Amino acid sequence: MLKYLDEYRDAPLALEIAEAIRGLSTKPFNIMEVCGGHTMAIRKNGIQKIVGENINLISGPGCPVCVTSKVDIDKAIAISQIEDVALCTFGDMIYVPGTKMSLSEAKARGRDIRTVYSVYDAIGFAKKEKEKKIIFISIGFETTTPTVSAAVKQCAREGISNFGILTLNKTMPAALREVLSEEESKIDALLCPGHVSTITGTGMYNFIVDELGVSCCISGFEPVDMLKAIYILTEGHEVGEKKLANAYERAVKAEGNKKARAMMEEVFRAASVEWRGFGVIPGSGLELKDDYAKFDAGKIFDIDVPPAEETDRCMCGDILRGKLKPIDCKLFKTACTPEDPQGACMVSSEGTCAAWYKYGEL
Amino acid sequence: MCWSVPGKIIDIEGNIATVEHSGVQRKVPLDLITDPAIGEYVLVHAGYAIQKVSEEKAKFTIDFFKTRGKNA
Repeated sequence: MLKYLDEYRDAPLALEIAEAIRGLSTKPFNIMEVCGGHTMAIRKNGIQKIVGENINLISGPGCPVCVTSKVDIDKAIAISQIEDVALCTFGDMIYVPGTKMSLSEAKARGRDIRTVYSVYDAIGFAKKEKEKKIIFISIGFETTTPTVSAAVKQCAREGISNFGILTLNKTMPAALREVLSEEESKIDALLCPGHVSTITGTGMYNFIVDELGVSCCISGFEPVDMLKAIYILTEGHEVGEKKLANAYERAVKAEGNKKARAMMEEVFRAASVEWRGFGVIPGSGLELKDDYAKFDAGKIFDIDVPPAEETDRCMCGDILRGKLKPIDCKLFKTACTPEDPQGACMVSSEGTCAAWYKYGEL
Repeated sequence: MCWSVPGKIIDIEGNIATVEHSGVQRKVPLDLITDPAIGEYVLVHAGYAIQKVSEEKAKFTIDFFKTRGKNA
């Protein structure tokens, strides 16, 4: 028995909640699941199918691989070409197409590119291989950024000087404001990312409810977790009540993880960065503070890559904004497949198109 | 976006815990956690422990529906 997992995969309980949702729901209800992990879990568990016709689950911009811009992929590839560099990256990033090639193609041409499970593994390389310059491609939102903050602080503390990061980390608030403020946004509520929230706490979503009038419910990733959150959101929607709720109490405290946030704020500051499909969103990313500039790959190396050409046939941008579904993209399942991905949403293990391709369209 | 799995702390040495999840043990840095203790469950994300799992709250989610789910 997997404690804290199996209890929330209880099929009879899940079906009972789904039936309660269908009994409650009387009018159309658009819920955006922000997190790519939710998109995959929703598709895998057939949640859309059992919550009823009124409820429309829409994927959001919460997949860190998918929102990485093409020019940032090109920067990573440019770093991999530098002598004595070993580039470390989370696995999914390897296949995301850059302008000329992907990291996996650069690896096939002999560059030292390594997939890692954790930035901690990259520090291990830096300790063992002093002659190498170990550069970690740092992607991720408020869940992953503290782990990189801890790693940078460890290297500063232990005098590990052959380590650096290419900072591509992003934060949620500005992007959510961008998506929800669009004129034609038809999103009524957000299923909020459970593990980002373990770090941020619940307060990050207040502006979404109070200013933008969109309900928020934080959810875990198991079927019972997600159905509970959808149930709570549907309750509010039926009576026109806008609210912030936490359906993932076992992991998310109202105050979040203060220690992790303090570490993040010590190492990084806000920056305006480019998101795939959005362009530059002010204050939506991070950069290393001056005290840690010696770990900044953008400063260690002189990386100059031209603006990237986005293929206009790829609809990843609109899919990340929740405007389109994969089946609306002409490339989906034709030119764009997991074996030959045209856009990041098909590459990432949390990508919307990858989820739809693997688990079906409804 | 940020898969995390709950695992049980079975040993702590300095700043590193041994965390077990479905029979697999992994060394997990504790930089982001306060007052970790053996026997506690933590969420592990990208190799680091990011939050403790609350036993008491865990039960709440299940009980939530024993009372509410049925009356809907």
